[in-house]
Amino acid sequence: MTETYDAIVVGGGHNGLICSALLARAGKRVLLLEANGQVGGAAITREFADGFTVSACAHLLYQLQPSVRKELKLKPKLAADDMATIALAEDGNHLRIEGLAVDGVSDADASSYREFHKRMARFAKLLNTFLNRTPPRLGNKSFADLATLARLGFDVRRLGKHEMQEFLRLIGMNVHDEVSERFENPLLKGAISLDAVLGTHLGPRSPNTIMTYLYRLAGDFGRIAAPSGGMGSVSEELAHIARESGVTIRTGMPVKRIIVDNGRVTGVETSGGERFDSYTVVSNADPKRTLLDLVGAQHMEARFTHRVHHLRSRGNAAKLHLALDGLPEVAGLSERDLAARLVIAPDEHYVERAFNPAKYGQSSPEPVVELTFPSVRDDTLAPAGKHVMSAVVQYAPYDRKGGWTDTARAEFEAATLRVIERYMPGIVARITASELLTPRDIEEQFHITGGHWHHGELTLDQFFFVRPVCGAAQYRMPVDGLYLCGAGAHPGGGVSGAAGRNAARAILKREKAA
Amino acid sequence: MSASEVFQGRIRSPFYERMAALDTTNTWHNWKGYTTPDELYCGETEYFAIRNATGVFDITPMTKYRIKGRDALHYINRLVTRDMEKIKPGRVAYAVWCDDQGQVLDDGTIFHLREGEYRLCSQERHFDWLMANAIGFDVTVTEETDAVAGLAVQGPTSYSVLKNMGIRGLDELKVFGLMHVEFEGAELMVSRTGFTGDLGYELWIEPGRAEALWDALFAAGKLHGIRAIGVHALEMARVEAGYLAAYREFLPAKATVRTGRTRSPLELGLEWLVDFSKPNFNGRRALAEEKRRGSTWRLVKLDIAGNKIAHSSYIFDDASASKKNIGFVTSAEWSPVCKQNVALGSVRMPHGAVGSTVWVEIYYQREMHWSRAMAKATVVDKPFWFPPRRSATPPGPY
Repeated sequence: MTETYDAIVVGGGHNGLICSALLARAGKRVLLLEANGQVGGAAITREFADGFTVSACAHLLYQLQPSVRKELKLKPKLAADDMATIALAEDGNHLRIEGLAVDGVSDADASSYREFHKRMARFAKLLNTFLNRTPPRLGNKSFADLATLARLGFDVRRLGKHEMQEFLRLIGMNVHDEVSERFENPLLKGAISLDAVLGTHLGPRSPNTIMTYLYRLAGDFGRIAAPSGGMGSVSEELAHIARESGVTIRTGMPVKRIIVDNGRVTGVETSGGERFDSYTVVSNADPKRTLLDLVGAQHMEARFTHRVHHLRSRGNAAKLHLALDGLPEVAGLSERDLAARLVIAPDEHYVERAFNPAKYGQSSPEPVVELTFPSVRDDTLAPAGKHVMSAVVQYAPYDRKGGWTDTARAEFEAATLRVIERYMPGIVARITASELLTPRDIEEQFHITGGHWHHGELTLDQFFFVRPVCGAAQYRMPVDGLYLCGAGAHPGGGVSGAAGRNAARAILKREKAA
Repeated sequence: MSASEVFQGRIRSPFYERMAALDTTNTWHNWKGYTTPDELYCGETEYFAIRNATGVFDITPMTKYRIKGRDALHYINRLVTRDMEKIKPGRVAYAVWCDDQGQVLDDGTIFHLREGEYRLCSQERHFDWLMANAIGFDVTVTEETDAVAGLAVQGPTSYSVLKNMGIRGLDELKVFGLMHVEFEGAELMVSRTGFTGDLGYELWIEPGRAEALWDALFAAGKLHGIRAIGVHALEMARVEAGYLAAYREFLPAKATVRTGRTRSPLELGLEWLVDFSKPNFNGRRALAEEKRRGSTWRLVKLDIAGNKIAHSSYIFDDASASKKNIGFVTSAEWSPVCKQNVALGSVRMPHGAVGSTVWVEIYYQREMHWSRAMAKATVVDKPFWFPPRRSATPPGPY
């Protein structure tokens, strides 16, 4: 006897949880199946060494959509809010960015940054309206699509003539050109460059890195927070909301295939052989895994599967976790400052140079690092007096030449520690345990093809109208009853929830129309 | 090719020397890289060889792919619009394949050589498309155009010629059937297929045995009027048979730039090849939608009054001053065997229903000066030439 549901959500990442909760609230009987032992996908907290826990992948909260918070009454408990970013300098003359203000730069740079940030915030606000809507189909006579398109045009035009021109000029541009025109301080240029490329296979000179920068700002204008108890607490709260809404959540249930019969989905089968029936299957997995592995190319048309096959989704961001027997002493920083978000990107060229080897399948000998000491503001994460460090390290290309062998991993970890030690002398001596997650590990542990934050590179050719691919940008896949709700769908990744929310709305709207 | 030779840019088929020895007109053209005769002595005489005796045409330049592997059947079934489950080993299927928009990329024949092993033959090259189709399937696709020499042996005496050559099993070989026989120690594939709408066969062999095959064939056919033929003769037979040609009746979808210049199988009279009971094939969604909404174009076979050939003519709904242009002729000729002025054309729906009358505007030249005639034409259903011997099994001796 198989169980029948109105909708089955494959994968319990934050988007899957959000989507399932919204569907359940609309009266659907929803089953959510998660492969791992705990829900949350890449937004979980876990122990990596005896007594030391950390946000396993995503570690900072800055994109969570206000619409998601509001609709689900989601109120993550925060250990820190409005966090400052400190760009580290070897000589201790660090630079501090807090909202509109930058400390440690010339007056010209400070006022330039204020102007830059205001404009970026304005554009991010505009972009955010795009992110919260289902992209319209082009070349289509549907009134809804034309109306959305008109609204987008109107929103862009409403910026005013000059700002509209600026928006259109900047959106496809690279961040390097913009920062080098605007600022003189190398640390500032480095820090902005880093923000633009985090989690992507892009360097500051790559096209559309202004767009990726705006994407970062879109949810909350760049306001950065750290959930208390790590990112897992957000997922746990979402899971609680989903359960309260009536969703059945089952963990440790990897879906082996999505069953298609005569052109429409009829359910899923788990690797344990259990079958669940539903005419609506919503996948939180990435597009490649969903379409090519779980559904199978034979159920779709060839040009479509060809496009999916060619989706660029090779991750480049590694995660390094350190268990420390004490905090490092850093010249120019107080212990309180260590609660901030710290970045190692001394200038914009450094970031590009770090990216260069990644183009050729090699990891950076001098990586860029975004690091935090979450235990400074949250004493639940490490034993008393001890600390954890959580860092995003780039670039560690997914398809590293020669593979991610133990030697390669050791080399990359050593290179990263060399860089960190340079800015925080003595930190290496304090390490009692460490964990490195390359994109390969992220792929394996979190079931994300290519281990990419966004399930698919965030570039203009894979964005908005054409995300993940042409012909599937409205959450509905070309197999009846199959939907995508994860980062691979519009708008993309980050703990934002936009994809999950938009997908739920698209599904409900579709059902109403049918 | 030795080091001192300069490459001329056209490949010579393994039958080239034999054809060149018979050639008197020296009119050759480029067919997908191969040098191919327009005619060898006289196009019309060669045509009559097809209809009254046996014409032999070198089909080595036909694009050929070998498709095999565990998923070969599923792969081909997704590729083409018709149901390939029904095509058992030893059978051949005429098929058409579309892009995701349901627009025709090409048509061709698919030979089910052995269990799970197929050969796809077509006018156009499709390796990129076939590889894109292979994503997610356990199949290998090999281009084998150069590795297989092919001869079309077509006409009423072709059965007798092959029988005379010592090929056994022809009596049981049905239309669209294939068999493997031995020829001088090599494997010879014989299929009852062709592009002439008449009794005929195609022979497929490794290039090293090509000349020996030619010689044996011509020796056996000497008393049966066998002749080598060029493309002109074949083209005449093709139109009489009502067969489609790429770049004439349709443009391969990947070769178009403008929207609306492609054709769907439904618009080419090939609905019988589209099996909507298959859950998925390339173009299925678009074609189902087209079927629901109605097509834009219709392929018509025209029986035209008079004897002026309707080359590239416009087609009108009537001959009055308020006549409406409804389409155009894609292929036209005077059919010697039917004694009919025939044409294939593309007209806008809902015009061109079988039995309806349309008008074609024919421009013709007499001693430099051009004249124009409006000729009445009837839309017919059946091919212009469709003799019972084409499908009689066993075929009778002639």
